[in-house]
Amino acid sequence: MEKFEKFTGIAAPMPLVNIDTDMIIPKMFLKSIARTGFGKNLFDEMRFNRDGTEIADFVLNKPQYRKSEILIAGDNFGCGSSREHAPWALEDFGIKVIVSTSFADIFFNNCFKNGMLPVVLPQEQVDLLMKDAEKGENARMSVDLEAQEITTSDGDVIKFEVDAFKKHCLLEGLDDIGLTMEKEASITSFEKAAEQARPWV
Amino acid sequence: MSPKTLYDKIWDAHVAHEAEDGTTLLYIDRHLVHEVTSAQAFEGLRMTGRTVRAPEKTIAVPDHNVPTTPGREDPAQMTPESRIQVAALDTNAKEFGVHYYPVSDVRQGIVHIVGPEQGWTLPGMTVVCGDSHTATHGAFGALAHGIGTSEVEHVLATQTLIQKKSLNMKVEITGKLMPGVTAKDITLAVIGETGTGGGTGYVIEYCGEAIRDLSMEGRMTVCNMAIEGGARAGLIAPDQTTYDYVKGRPHAPKGAQWEAALDWWKTLYTDEGAHFDKVVTLKGEDIQPVVTWGTSPEDVLPITATVPFPEDFTGGKVEAAARSIEYMGLTPGQKLTDIEIDTVFIGSCTNGRIEDFRAVAEVVKGKKIKDGMRAMIVPGSGLVRAQAEEEGLADIFIEAGFEWRLAGCSMCLAMNPDQLSEGERCAATSNRNFEGRQGYKGRTHLVSPAMAAAAALTGRLTDIRELM
Ligand code: SF4
Repeated sequence: MEKFEKFTGIAAPMPLVNIDTDMIIPKMFLKSIARTGFGKNLFDEMRFNRDGTEIADFVLNKPQYRKSEILIAGDNFGCGSSREHAPWALEDFGIKVIVSTSFADIFFNNCFKNGMLPVVLPQEQVDLLMKDAEKGENARMSVDLEAQEITTSDGDVIKFEVDAFKKHCLLEGLDDIGLTMEKEASITSFEKAAEQARPWV
Repeated sequence: MSPKTLYDKIWDAHVAHEAEDGTTLLYIDRHLVHEVTSAQAFEGLRMTGRTVRAPEKTIAVPDHNVPTTPGREDPAQMTPESRIQVAALDTNAKEFGVHYYPVSDVRQGIVHIVGPEQGWTLPGMTVVCGDSHTATHGAFGALAHGIGTSEVEHVLATQTLIQKKSLNMKVEITGKLMPGVTAKDITLAVIGETGTGGGTGYVIEYCGEAIRDLSMEGRMTVCNMAIEGGARAGLIAPDQTTYDYVKGRPHAPKGAQWEAALDWWKTLYTDEGAHFDKVVTLKGEDIQPVVTWGTSPEDVLPITATVPFPEDFTGGKVEAAARSIEYMGLTPGQKLTDIEIDTVFIGSCTNGRIEDFRAVAEVVKGKKIKDGMRAMIVPGSGLVRAQAEEEGLADIFIEAGFEWRLAGCSMCLAMNPDQLSEGERCAATSNRNFEGRQGYKGRTHLVSPAMAAAAALTGRLTDIRELM
């Protein structure tokens, strides 16, 4: 995974509550063997007409939000299935941070596994960010995970909480595999000893 | 030193790292890979620029999607998604340099049959695969369990699995089996006894005289369904039967290495006085030929019984039983032997080995299956198929009216074109009777190979002892 660096990007407002994993990526796109390329079908049914043309007033289709890297979302974002396709689709589209008052548990964890930061904030602060996001391209927010701060285009600083271990993993770009790889020396010395003890394996 | 169980011993021999909270990096000796759960794992490696840490310990074979009819190399026989999955495995196996048995290779077959057959599975090993029936390999005294796609990627990249230790459970089958009773009946009877959640959180060790008396094929059948009882893995301590099976297999140790291996394998048993967190004991003599009546593998009854009434159960099972009976199209009180069958499926990683086919041949030799019956025999591997042909079993099957197929998972999970249609009723030697498992609205009764053969002849669920 790439390290999660401090960045400034466009935030898209999506006030709808209970956005589920099927809305994020409909079932028919799950037969793929890949885990990239889902971004083009992100929010497919909200984003495109049946004939494939864009639905103009869907937020991510508006010119000022097409390159969004932050989503300011309604309550209970990511409910539904445990499939990792939903975070894969968001990540592939270019989303790095999602802010909401709450997330579905599995989705929340899956975000971290895929290098994205879900931020939980109280309603007033989400409302404030939502207002800021509604200003469009001019509203470029900064996210500093190290300092646990989001800075709005007006310079308001909002602090957020994050699990210390998950923060460490994101900052260092560590997934489970990355973490295990930090124990490379243990694995190698185990292999050497096992090779001696059970050379037939 | 305090006495250890077999599970304790294998676990301790594979701890590469242990954190303070007991989270362990367990080293994996064999990683088996098939086409359905591996594509995104390989893709993950590619995206992160990682490689397979131990390609020489990684074995890939397509099995779930492959057609089992002649001429299957023709991609037109597969659905587009199946084709893509098989092609992806082909590409990934070659690109990452793992051992690979493509569809065109006579050694191709169901991953859990190929592993033991080729001598990849050995006593005392840790074996994983992105498939829950990996428990099968426990028959060799190997710690074997199924994993998810993200874990497949983890094992590919690091050759370890992040694990916490399970509890120890002992399932003892004492005494001898009665005539007509097989390994399949043992494993179903155990699940009937413990329920599908009875093994949750445990690794089961099967022991006792009836287990000792089983062949390796029978032991694999028993361990295969440990997962259906909720256990992470099933184990049987290796003994002379195990060594005899392993010796001379292509990837088994040879010469001095064989002797060294044997020395270690002989230490792999549960010490006198070792602690088990749960113990279940069944008398071999009490086990009867059984069949499942419902849609859970725990819905097991002796073939001589009748379909239960939902009120026979308690708690949430009342509703579940009512739903099962409705789905299965049965009437409470109906004799199980009155249930008519349209289809017979013999195969799968539970019962797709040579010994299973010999048992079937014994029942159907010189006879014909019931008129209108669809009966299919699907070998677990190309080598099982070849051996059955050599022993003349295939001719017996074909003369009796069975379809003699090529190796694969086939109608066990119906990912390929072998499926039940709506309302069709099947006597199957596989391991899952879930709703829709063998096809949308299909109805599955799990039985032993001999009982499946008997049903093919009579057109109804049949007590094998009537034909003996
Ligand atoms: S035969 Fe059935 S249970 Fe066994 S691996 Fe194939 S699909 Fe799974």
